[in-house]
Amino acid sequence: MSRATVILPGVLRGEADGASRLDVPAGGTLGAILDEVGERWPRLERRIRDERGELRRYVNVYVNGEECRSLSGQSTTVPAGAEIQVLPSVAGG
Amino acid sequence: MRTLLAIGTGKGLFLARDDDRGSWEVTGPHFPMTGIYAVAIDARRGTPRLFAGITSSHFGPSIAISDDLGASWREPQQAPVAFPERTGRALERVWQIEPGPAEQPERVYVGSQPAALFVSDDGGETFRMVESLWDHPHREHWGAGFGGQAIHTVLPHPADPDSLLVAMSTGGVYRSLDGGATWSASNTGIKAYFLPDPWPEYGQCVHKVARDAADPDRLYAQNHFGVYRSDNGGESWQSIADGLPSDFGFPIVAHSGRPGVIYNFPLQADGERFPPGKRCAVYRSVDAGKSWEALTAGLPTEAFYPSVLRDAMCARAGGPGGVYFGSRSGEVYGSHDDGDSWFPIATHLPDVLTLRAVQL
Repeated sequence: MSRATVILPGVLRGEADGASRLDVPAGGTLGAILDEVGERWPRLERRIRDERGELRRYVNVYVNGEECRSLSGQSTTVPAGAEIQVLPSVAGG
Repeated sequence: MRTLLAIGTGKGLFLARDDDRGSWEVTGPHFPMTGIYAVAIDARRGTPRLFAGITSSHFGPSIAISDDLGASWREPQQAPVAFPERTGRALERVWQIEPGPAEQPERVYVGSQPAALFVSDDGGETFRMVESLWDHPHREHWGAGFGGQAIHTVLPHPADPDSLLVAMSTGGVYRSLDGGATWSASNTGIKAYFLPDPWPEYGQCVHKVARDAADPDRLYAQNHFGVYRSDNGGESWQSIADGLPSDFGFPIVAHSGRPGVIYNFPLQADGERFPPGKRCAVYRSVDAGKSWEALTAGLPTEAFYPSVLRDAMCARAGGPGGVYFGSRSGEVYGSHDDGDSWFPIATHLPDVLTLRAVQL
């Protein structure tokens, strides 16, 4: 099965047992990958999406360098070898 | 007598403890760079259980629990408070965490934004939404105050598990007398000056409600203009604002042991949110609101501009005489003689959002 990688920011690594990179199946949608992440690390997933499954407003998810909201959101297809980078946006005071 | 004071701020949770000599040690921040809008101390356990309602600007809201007085915290994998799918809504913030009555030792309530009530019967590990209040026909008409549309006050009746009161800004007071099966607006006598009909059934901007230490049917409310008392469990309200320099403000607190003793922190007006005369003063009534006196001993004497927010004043549970407040400028003061004199506990913290205290 082809694979992709989720890259976590430091602030979220504690929710994935300290891992900075998660190996996930590729070929499906970004939403399906986040579902998979939620199966393994529920608390990590709810930092990224709310209980409706919507991406939190100030969390950005990049697929091969493109912010997913400028693609097809969680319907974006994740190809084999892709890097999915989760980054908190610049916000707050 | 030792005290634990939980201080929720805009940038994390601080814990303050005093020693026998009256000096305070402040630790934190726990959960740095998160807004702690609700804290609770469940003193029904041998070691009190601490709750922190956490709001991360990036990663959303949650609740953390400590069973060792804040030395360590845990947060469940699954969201402890989540809106059912049918609502189409998501939790934005936990505004209130309130342990239930002694008769229900595992019951804990949460008031949330969007305005909903959640209940736990496993000590606060998991919560379910109270569907009857969410389905109330008034809900679609509840407004959003500047802080958001939220249930900011939950008051279980200490002796009657079927009786429960909640309050929200631009919604008002609602009561259930049947264990949460049905809810009724309970705002008779509370004015809503900002509406065409100033005496509506609901829609009042109630900032905070407190329950009397000795008479659970006696309640006190600080309104968006107006300070009120109810002597019948919230069925009707009467003004107790005479004697105050202003009837605008946010917190109102009942003494934890003395009946009829209450505290608030008036501000000049909604368009002038400074203490009257720019003087830092807690106001106390010892006769259930018939008369009020300013308490200033030990408080700053120079011009004072900050507000005290609705949940940033509290009485100490289990230790009568303790009263505390924190300001938006990050100052925390306490009194251990019912407010006669005050001492500083912390300065230069982030803006103080909520306080709870317990005698250890």
